[in-house]
Amino acid sequence: MKKLNKLSDLRMMAEVIREDIIAMLVEAKSGHSGGPLGMADILTALYFNVLKHDPKKPQWEGRDRLVLSNGHICPVQYAAMANAGYFPKKELLTLRKLGTRLQGHPHRTSLPGMETTSGPLGSGLAQAAGMAYAFKLDQKKNTVFCLCSDGEQDEGNHWEAVMFAAKHKLSNLVAITDRNYIQIDGNTEQIMPLDPLDRKYEAFNWNVKVIDGNDMVAIINTLTKARNNHGKPLMIIANTIPGKGVDFMENDYRWHGKPPQSEEAEQALAEIHAQEVNERGDWYKKHLKLKPIHNGTK
Amino acid sequence: MVTGTRNISNLNRYTMELNKLKGLNNKLYLNFYHERIPTRNGYGDALVKLGRNKNIMVCCADLKESTRVQNFAEKFPKQYVEMGVAEQNLVTVASGLSAAGKIPFVSSYAMFCPGRCWEQIRTTICYNDRNVKIIGAHAGISVGPDGATHQALEDIAIMRALPNMIVVVPADYEQTKKATQALAHFSGPAYMRFAREKTEQMTTAKTPFTIGKAQVLKQGKDIALIGAGPVVYGCLVAANMLQEKGFNALVINCHTIKPLDHATILMAAKKCKKIITVEEAQITGGLGGAIAEFLSEVYPTKIKRVGMKDRFGESGDPDELLKVFGFSAEHVYKEAMKMLGEK
Repeated sequence: MKKLNKLSDLRMMAEVIREDIIAMLVEAKSGHSGGPLGMADILTALYFNVLKHDPKKPQWEGRDRLVLSNGHICPVQYAAMANAGYFPKKELLTLRKLGTRLQGHPHRTSLPGMETTSGPLGSGLAQAAGMAYAFKLDQKKNTVFCLCSDGEQDEGNHWEAVMFAAKHKLSNLVAITDRNYIQIDGNTEQIMPLDPLDRKYEAFNWNVKVIDGNDMVAIINTLTKARNNHGKPLMIIANTIPGKGVDFMENDYRWHGKPPQSEEAEQALAEIHAQEVNERGDWYKKHLKLKPIHNGTK
Repeated sequence: MVTGTRNISNLNRYTMELNKLKGLNNKLYLNFYHERIPTRNGYGDALVKLGRNKNIMVCCADLKESTRVQNFAEKFPKQYVEMGVAEQNLVTVASGLSAAGKIPFVSSYAMFCPGRCWEQIRTTICYNDRNVKIIGAHAGISVGPDGATHQALEDIAIMRALPNMIVVVPADYEQTKKATQALAHFSGPAYMRFAREKTEQMTTAKTPFTIGKAQVLKQGKDIALIGAGPVVYGCLVAANMLQEKGFNALVINCHTIKPLDHATILMAAKKCKKIITVEEAQITGGLGGAIAEFLSEVYPTKIKRVGMKDRFGESGDPDELLKVFGFSAEHVYKEAMKMLGEK
């Protein structure tokens, strides 16, 4: 795999992934915007720096496992996987279309490298815990990463898995909560309050870290250290901004489950470019080498 | 338990007479002897042998003793996972174990698993194509005094509706043992259900068992009695009663409801033109439903479904319940006589 070590490279990749998400969603005409944009930094860090994986050998036994529990944010995982080399980037534009491997919610057996089928919420952590339990039993070194949304933690199945992982001290299990405070019908604390989430996990005998989930430095530092996690499973509560990078989407729950229209997409792409220029100056040519699909194919 | 003739003298009478049934299939090495054993014991005994394979695991939701996995847990503690009273976690953790190369058998009461966790089974095991075996114990009305909350009658229907899932309902102890072994060697999602009570023995160690291959226990031409589970014994008893009246019934043990053995069912329909299906489950969506769906498309045949008639059970002695709700051999016999009287 092509590992990116420089912060500037990781940040640029995250922005390309954001652009790809916008291009995919506008083409698909349905899908989720908020969560995928908010998690672009974490998925970039995982696929381009943290995970042990080989896009050319998706079944390699020594790979880490990445379980996406909140399947509806799959556009960000698809975009990260395509950029990492699992499949041609052009295929991203088939999202949600008839015959695609990129189902509206992930289907494991359709897409090599996708570790599980998900969509119905609250079941991913349990599957990740099952994997971690088996690896521990067989004294294998694989680490299991599990991405969860905050909204899905309304589900009982999730907390059953929290107890199971703590009981078996699954220190090879690293869960990441996308703590963006939105779910379909509104703010998580109004729909079904979760706070204080960190203290809940502490009380359930987990190690807990709270980070800024859009800060690449914090993400890389925390995920790298997570490999040395011991004694208990680890929950990383990543505070993220849903719709990150697109001003009119940020922190607005109404963008949880809908795609941008064409004009909105143009504006979104312009904002992502603008934020880039603002942060790192003139980057445009270098960025084109990464072939964002809105340029490469349109 | 299926006969509704729990009293020993009756049972002995039936058992002795079953050996004299005309047209018994001698390739199946059937033997009727008066010892009743719960089917679930066959599951437990088979698991203890399977445990030598380190990848075989058993997950249980706080029902170790009654689902008969205690011996496995004692003999192979590392391969046993106690899940607590959490059936959604039971099946989703099992999906994860399977992802890492294990072959998990998950044990609970059928009412709770698959009853409580159907969507998890659908998404994380069937659609996800994971090699997980779901074992529903204490199925049927014969659970008895616990009442309707614990009498799983819809499990066959909800599991049968799932793509990728196979559904096995073994008829007795020995067959449950064989079915457990067969499931361990079959790669893919599977559901097997059994009953709580001790039930009569028909098959022996020599009786073959193949998933998806129904067994013709007794040849006949006048009416086909097709059962799944311990009620198959009741079908044989009913066949014996019919024999006394001069009718020759075909009896089939349809232990695999999905995939249904189309060839054998079609043969029975063509030969007998009349079918009675018997199962300890709702008449909608189970064995009777599966056979009716199949035959209505290829060879429309008069079918009477014996089972629970779209209602809930209640507390009571298993024998009383089997009789009251119409699962007994006498009931099957009466339904058969009605059909045979029709032109």
